Amino acid sequence: MSTTVSQDRPTKPSFFNEVFYLARRYPLGVAGAIIMATFVMCALFANFVAPLDPFSTNARASLARPSETHLLGADMMGRDVLSRIIHGARISLAVAVGATIMGSGLGAALGLASGYLGGWFDLIIQRVSEVMQSLPLLVMALVITASLGPSLRNTIIAIAIPLVPTVARVIRSNVLSLREMPFVEAAKATGMSEFRIAVVHVLPNTLAPLIVLATAQLGSTILTEASLSFLGLGVPEPYPSWGRMLSESAAEYVRTAPWLVIFPGLAISLVVFGSNLMGDALRDALDPRQRD
Amino acid sequence: MNKPLIEVTDLKKHFPIRKGLFGNTVGHVHAVDGVSFSINAGETLGLVGESGCGKSTVGRVVLRLIEPTSGSVKVEGREIVGIPRTELRPLRRQMQIVFQDPFSSLNPRIRVGDIVGEPLMVHGIGNKQERAERVAQLFNRVGLRPSQMSNYPHQFSGGQRQRISIARALALDPHFIIADEPVSALDVSIQAQVINLMMDLQRDMKLSYLFISHNLSVVEHISHRVAVMYLGRIVEYADKKTLFASPQHPYTEALLSAVPLPDPTLRRTKKRVEGDVPSPIKPPPGCHFHPRCPYAEARCKVEPPVLREIGPGHQVACHLR
Repeated sequence: MSTTVSQDRPTKPSFFNEVFYLARRYPLGVAGAIIMATFVMCALFANFVAPLDPFSTNARASLARPSETHLLGADMMGRDVLSRIIHGARISLAVAVGATIMGSGLGAALGLASGYLGGWFDLIIQRVSEVMQSLPLLVMALVITASLGPSLRNTIIAIAIPLVPTVARVIRSNVLSLREMPFVEAAKATGMSEFRIAVVHVLPNTLAPLIVLATAQLGSTILTEASLSFLGLGVPEPYPSWGRMLSESAAEYVRTAPWLVIFPGLAISLVVFGSNLMGDALRDALDPRQRD
Repeated sequence: MNKPLIEVTDLKKHFPIRKGLFGNTVGHVHAVDGVSFSINAGETLGLVGESGCGKSTVGRVVLRLIEPTSGSVKVEGREIVGIPRTELRPLRRQMQIVFQDPFSSLNPRIRVGDIVGEPLMVHGIGNKQERAERVAQLFNRVGLRPSQMSNYPHQFSGGQRQRISIARALALDPHFIIADEPVSALDVSIQAQVINLMMDLQRDMKLSYLFISHNLSVVEHISHRVAVMYLGRIVEYADKKTLFASPQHPYTEALLSAVPLPDPTLRRTKKRVEGDVPSPIKPPPGCHFHPRCPYAEARCKVEPPVLREIGPGHQVACHLR
């Protein structure tokens, strides 16, 4: 609890002071950030990091156990699992981050407009999102990719769209209570425009649930992408994605070559874990009430 | 004093009650039901009444934070009801509001310096540095340190937050401030500080206040004139001395006799009011107060009383006076 007025902190801390201060305060967030940074680096510099070519097949190494040449083993076609995971980070992260940002951004904008404007606009948005929510996420994504055709961009769109109604509804409910707050009335009394009030006073106060939602969705987007790829509607072969590596081998090789299942699964779990840690810390760090 | 600064005539606000899928209007809440008053420059009008009698709605409707159903509000002779928002904006500089709850009236994510400077920014006054100087001045004026400008609202106590709210209201140099129960959420010792600050500001800046409260002692301290509201209507309207010395309306009488006196030996005949405030959805016919009035007569139940002048500047809405 903070009751006293803190005077110890300098009024305008420099950027590095601020980062250092936040890092000390949220060690778990730093751990999450390191995990995420590692994966992002792998994705960006996959060509330099990966020990072997992720596409070249090798019949003799088919289903090879983890060894010195294949640190995490090799798949049925003898492709190196570690290299495929490193290259797969590109697609999996692009899909996860892209779809989450797109879905949450669109959802937040619609939720804000819906809650703030009310009336007919609200009614229509809410009924449409109810219709969308009554369909399972995968079915929606399937329909969208089937009509758009398989490609990275379309996969991101297909996964982002079903996220929109969930985010929109959470933001809307927040906005409904926020727009009745006296500080919003005070802003109106000064003659501030409705749009500016919505952006300056209402939106920042919905940040906490938005971050929680987005980090939670990051994991499910990777898995949705896996299902889509498995059905042949995701990012086409031979580009590796974690989800497809996992889903292709899960049924067949889980007993005979478990490394084909464990390591892609581990990569997915680590990203979800890292993004959750980072999201939690971010939510607290962005809330002035949590820090003094 | 010639022309009143604020002139409110027959102001009404009826909230529709909507039900069902298509939002059919099934009735109205008569929150404000024909209220008239005026406030002169440098004057404080106290507006008192029980919870739910429409006091706060009056404040919001006067500022057009809520659109009135009908009636007229004149600010320095200019009608503000019905004018478009673009014309209303410059007039907003004349009138500001301070809210009851010091916690929800400040955005928790914005530094208090920016909160106070926001009205200046909205009206495009000064550059960044000039605004910061003005905010620092305002902080000094309300008894806060300018070094606290970069803190967030949660780092302040209730009383300090109320000072910040007052500073925000003062930023545009308004002539008129609506204070909606500004001290009800504060400790008694802090209440006095905030009230005294408001009175100092009034003296120095020639401010007019509409001071909304249910606390009669506070109203008696700060007001020049007092209006008593009951169920959306003003039932008595007089200068402070007259009202507190010789209340004429039975409701005012009852309210005043409910104020505790800090003297245990003093015994008073308490004029109790039985029952609760009737619903503003279906207010009682005739005089709104008749179901609870100890003196009610037959005609009180059918004929609504109008505000009549019974002495110099003393108006009462009661058939019996």
